[in-house]
Amino acid sequence: MPDNPNVVEQERLQDVIAPGYTFGTVTDQIAAVVLTRRTPLFWMACFGLGVALLLLFLWSVALILAKGVGVWGIRTPVMWGFAITNFVWWIGIGHAGTLISAILLLLNQKWRNSINRFAEAMTLFAVACAGMFPLLHLGRPWLFYWLFPYPNAMGVQPQFRSPLVWDVFAVSTYGTVSLLFWYVGLMPDLATLRDRARNPIVRYLYGVMAMGWRGSARHWSVHETASLLLAGLATPLVLSVHTVVSFDFTIAIVPGWHSTFFPPYFVAGAIYSGFAMVLALAIPLRAVYGLQGLITDRHLENSGKLMLATGEIVAYAYFMETFTAWYSGDVFEQAAFWHRMFGPYAITYWALITCNIILPQALWFKKIRSNPVTLFLISIIVLVGMWLERYVIIVTSLAQDFLTSSWDMFHATRWDWATYIGTIGLFMFLFFLFIRLLPMISIFEVRTLLPQAKVAGEKS
Amino acid sequence: MSEPQKKVDLAGARARLHQKSGREYWRSLEDLAAQPEFREMIEREFPRQAIGWSEDEDPVEGRRNFLKLMGASLALAGLSACTRQPTEFIMPYIRQPEELIPGKPLFFATATTLNGVANGVLAESHEGRPTKIEGNPEHPASLGACDAFGQASVLQLYDPDRMQTAGYEGEIRSWGEVLGAVRQMLEEQRTKNGAGLRILTETITSPTMADQLRRIQQAFPAMKWHQWEPAGPHSARAGATMAFGQPVNTYYDLTNAKAIVSLDSDFLASGTASLRYARQFSAGRRVRGSQPSMNRLYVVEPMPTPTGSKADHRLPLRAAEIELFAGALATAVGVGRGPQEGENHEIYKWIGAIARDLLNNKGASLVIAGECQPPSVHALAHAMNATLGNVGKTVFYTDPIEARQVDQLASLQNLVNDLDSGAVDMLLILGGNPVFNAPVDLGLRDRLQKAGMRIRLGLYEDETSEVCQWSLPEAHYLEAWGDARAFDGTVTLQQPLIQPLYEGRSAMEVLQMFTDQPELRGYDILREYWSSQRGGGRTGGQPVPATGQAAAPGRSVISPVSGPPGGAPTAPTGDFESWWRRSVHDGLVANSALPAKTPAVQGQNIRANAAEPHLGGKLEVIFRPDPTIYDGRFANNAWLQELPKPITKLTWDNAAFLSPATAHRLGVETGVVLQLTYRGRTLQAPAWVQPGHVNGAITLHLGYGRTRGGRAGNGMGFNPYGLRASNALWHDNGLEAKKTGATHAFATNLNNYIPEGRELDTRRHIIHHGAEVPPRTLTLYPEWKYEGYAWGMAIDLTACTGCSACVVACQAENNIAVVGKDQVRRGRAMHWIRVDDYYHGDVNNPEIFNQPLPCMQCEDAPCELVCPVQATNHSSEGLNDMVYNRCVGTRYCSNNCPYKVRRFNFYLFSDWETPSLKLLRNPDVTVRSRGVMEKCTYCVQRINAAKIESEKQNRKVRDGEIQTACQATCPTEAIVFGDLNDPNSLVSKMKAEKSNYALLADLNTRPRTTYLAQLRNPNPEIEG
Repeated sequence: MPDNPNVVEQERLQDVIAPGYTFGTVTDQIAAVVLTRRTPLFWMACFGLGVALLLLFLWSVALILAKGVGVWGIRTPVMWGFAITNFVWWIGIGHAGTLISAILLLLNQKWRNSINRFAEAMTLFAVACAGMFPLLHLGRPWLFYWLFPYPNAMGVQPQFRSPLVWDVFAVSTYGTVSLLFWYVGLMPDLATLRDRARNPIVRYLYGVMAMGWRGSARHWSVHETASLLLAGLATPLVLSVHTVVSFDFTIAIVPGWHSTFFPPYFVAGAIYSGFAMVLALAIPLRAVYGLQGLITDRHLENSGKLMLATGEIVAYAYFMETFTAWYSGDVFEQAAFWHRMFGPYAITYWALITCNIILPQALWFKKIRSNPVTLFLISIIVLVGMWLERYVIIVTSLAQDFLTSSWDMFHATRWDWATYIGTIGLFMFLFFLFIRLLPMISIFEVRTLLPQAKVAGEKS
Repeated sequence: MSEPQKKVDLAGARARLHQKSGREYWRSLEDLAAQPEFREMIEREFPRQAIGWSEDEDPVEGRRNFLKLMGASLALAGLSACTRQPTEFIMPYIRQPEELIPGKPLFFATATTLNGVANGVLAESHEGRPTKIEGNPEHPASLGACDAFGQASVLQLYDPDRMQTAGYEGEIRSWGEVLGAVRQMLEEQRTKNGAGLRILTETITSPTMADQLRRIQQAFPAMKWHQWEPAGPHSARAGATMAFGQPVNTYYDLTNAKAIVSLDSDFLASGTASLRYARQFSAGRRVRGSQPSMNRLYVVEPMPTPTGSKADHRLPLRAAEIELFAGALATAVGVGRGPQEGENHEIYKWIGAIARDLLNNKGASLVIAGECQPPSVHALAHAMNATLGNVGKTVFYTDPIEARQVDQLASLQNLVNDLDSGAVDMLLILGGNPVFNAPVDLGLRDRLQKAGMRIRLGLYEDETSEVCQWSLPEAHYLEAWGDARAFDGTVTLQQPLIQPLYEGRSAMEVLQMFTDQPELRGYDILREYWSSQRGGGRTGGQPVPATGQAAAPGRSVISPVSGPPGGAPTAPTGDFESWWRRSVHDGLVANSALPAKTPAVQGQNIRANAAEPHLGGKLEVIFRPDPTIYDGRFANNAWLQELPKPITKLTWDNAAFLSPATAHRLGVETGVVLQLTYRGRTLQAPAWVQPGHVNGAITLHLGYGRTRGGRAGNGMGFNPYGLRASNALWHDNGLEAKKTGATHAFATNLNNYIPEGRELDTRRHIIHHGAEVPPRTLTLYPEWKYEGYAWGMAIDLTACTGCSACVVACQAENNIAVVGKDQVRRGRAMHWIRVDDYYHGDVNNPEIFNQPLPCMQCEDAPCELVCPVQATNHSSEGLNDMVYNRCVGTRYCSNNCPYKVRRFNFYLFSDWETPSLKLLRNPDVTVRSRGVMEKCTYCVQRINAAKIESEKQNRKVRDGEIQTACQATCPTEAIVFGDLNDPNSLVSKMKAEKSNYALLADLNTRPRTTYLAQLRNPNPEIEG
């Protein structure tokens, strides 16, 4: 079998693209969403909601800039609240995109071709949302650039021992690579849109964005190399970004944070939430745009399996975390976990366990895994759970650390919620703009899935 | 116009203005503005402090609005980087005042008073602005320490809410008009010998004012002088009279006291000589090298106080049961005969052991009765001290220090009777706030209005000035000359540091208007009085204490009740100038303490109530002055409002304090609003479950519930004066408490959800006994090297009483912002040093530990390595320096600080707007802006000042030369700061003590601030 890969490909391709598609129909169907089809009501509603929430976000940002981060519920022991929770959550969500586009590309998992485009877009927008928080949560956000090492008259450089500086590098690299990867991947499709657009202005704009793509063999060859190189660059980022993000916690001496265990745990959690987000976006989109032929049940099931796998890693992490706390014999560490489970924030902890561990076990059943509705529900639950996980780690650990005298409870204010929901608005705004203006599924890559593409037989 | 407050008719004012636009022109804006209506309108239209602080708004909401407003101004502040800064010029003096070097503070001796009794202080002046109060080391009441009230008094000076101009029924008047009106009224009185003239003051110990009052009395023989002090030592006076048949003043010397019993006396943290007592007490408790033993303290009290927290044995008893306890103890000590056992075994359980301890320490023991206890308890304490041979050793008696000692309650009742009979034509109220704080049954608010003309001198336009036609602004003590006596009679002089900010005048200057003398400035009045005393020229003068070198110490005489002139020893007149300069410089008249005397106890007069008080299903109500705003006089002092009260850690509020068991019985928890009914009067008060509070009683702290207290005071808490009757000033049975549905959110930095039990105990273990300290090799980073100094601090927890003066001292020294009640609720108080309290043991009577917590200045500081912009760094002398202008506000440092001593400016907390508060700032300390972290710096500005000084003199900084603000004010000298590189420094020696431990040492942070563990000296008879 291994020496005849075509056989395997043929079988698998049956699942990842519905039969009957041709190069033309694939192009037609995807490009039509952007160019010719009427904008569905669903889009209107979602985009409208996105804009509304974006306005809420802008309002909160204005308030934060005008008054200070005091509008949030953060207080003396809990100096990081929603902002950092949201930051980690969004960054984590982005991970699935990179995983799909980079790692699965390198692993030659063809089924990824029909979901990688919007997963990458999701990554990009999630990173954009994530990036808002470290910026906004600063006491003096206008001085954010002091975190970058730049030559300055003060002769002061950032403190390179601080994980926040590592974060700056990790996240900005991640953002840049994700953007490049996404854009490079978009170019052939932008050219397709350029060629198909009737309106001269639209054609002109797509033309500018396509950067003169003409589809020559040389273009394709350079494109392929660039994609592979970027994939190679992005692959370690999948692991490194969330590892660095987890350092924000592990480097600190706060009980409940100070653990060498965090990097793998965070990466797994990131991919977990990322796939949940992919599903939460893909399932409604394919229903609305009738893309079941391109985003097949097989895609959903594969994503479900990945979620299940990473979910088990996360479950293991929760268990180990608790075990090591007990096994360490450190009273503070033990107390931190005791408070997590039975303290004032116990509800969030058990909600997190329910959302992240107990309910997703349903994915073991093929019936549930292959049913888009249940899968959608579980992905939403996991998204909530993963948000709660970060909340529990950040807030409960800080609220009750060493000296009982400084313990205090964090209570989110409406501005905490407004900024959080506001970034969801920002995400929706960007994402639905993307859906409307750019091909949400990679046309040229899906075309490689067609049996016709295999006629030559040489590829792979 | 009897209506106390004239409503401003805005429309009318506008209309009047409108009419003027006809033919009538006004010549200038001043001309127009001179019209009161216009002024009022201006005030309404453009209040000094924009929205949110006006009386008609909910104060809490108002504060929020204020913050919003500050936020709005911040939007602009954020832009300030883009705007051009206004040009400012630095101008040199044309003629530089002598001794004044810009940038170098000067210190002047003056005195604060509380209940009329003086405490000597040194006021720090920066270019003519008093910015900070320190204790006066030469003053017997201070010994260099200062209390929270004194520390905060400087904020009171700059309080923008102070009354600024004299007014008649809300209209602005000049002092000339005041004088004219007063003189005219006095002329009318002169015809009837002053029969209609009444003067109501607080307790007066000032010899000068006593002399003025005497002269007024001479001019108007039928005039009556009343005194009222809501939290004065009324029963101490009555108790002394009961015991000795004559009024005496009592004070203690705890230096050699080995066994001390406090009968509900918080002598370590409140009262006129508490600073001195705390110093002596802690000295007797310090177990170091030469002193192997320590004193033992028994405290019986209903509500935990700082003194109770230091007790080796603390017995919570209801206020009324303390009389029984005192009676039983007296019997056991051998005074009188009383029951040794009763229904309530609790009262008697330790009597034998305590009595034996006292008897074993004859002449070195002490029984102190609390000022709120009835006279009989005081009398019993006097009798016990006499029997134990303590008089002259640990207890001293002198003649009263008050200018005229009266039963103030009777005095006030007398005034009320006169008011009712319509005999009062003219009432002068000097200071105080009787409308707010007189016993409720006297109904002073309504009755005062029966006086024909009411003149009120006060710092604020408060509840009392509301019902007075004339309200006169009082000069703050930092603006005025004055004198007062200290606890032992020492004459203490007050000198002004600044011209009155507003049109304030001192009480002395106002009294002068009532004499037939010409109007004089305070300085002249004071100097003239003392010059006449020193010269001995005045005939029939008030008794004067002997002073100066000429008089032999201890020969001065003073008679208690403005009696016949004493034989004032005279000094050569030529000496006066040098004597005067010396006394003003020192802040006190040397050797002016009243001589000790030994009055005999007249046992037959002592009648203690031997019957056990039965609650009959009701509760005991206990009234106490508030630990931070006292009787309400400091209600508008935001520093004191925001200061977490000792033990309870409550801020901006009072509460119905009750024990866990009582709370359980009533089915309430902290924050549930109770309806308190007592003698038919009701009050809504939120409950506060206080471990260590006695069962069956509710303690209410006076002073809250101000309606016209100013921006900080209005609407905070509830007003227990509304329940306080004249025949039960301090406690009584018969309170009913009922749960209401409402709840109240307290502002406190104490979290009340700490689970009791396991965690707390393990933590206690670590906090107080230290843990395994990891080896140095466990850190990756290289060791710091300190070539010169290495600053460090040691805090002796055995000495610390938790009085919290250090917190206010730090606030004053370091320009720490006030955040307001709402922000304290949100956990954003900014204090750089806090006093943590821990309870240990039985919830009904726990051991209470106080632990002041400044920045630990860790050697391996967790904060330093997580700051992404290097805004917090290790200095070459071992401090964790905070670079405000580099801070971007990630707050990571605070998260990583295991001690949580870092404070963040969530908003623009510092007041950059109010002009008067700008004068308050310490120019050596940056005023922080929004979005930056701040924390204790070990008063780095003081370190640097001392270093510069020492470098100028080519020497090293001497040990003790640098005193941090918290250290300087600490009455017990618990905080010691110095150079760790110097093995002979006091701090190095303290750190070499066996009991020295580092907080959370197992984290390997290696704190610079370490603690000497709290030692207790339990009686083996009781403990065993």
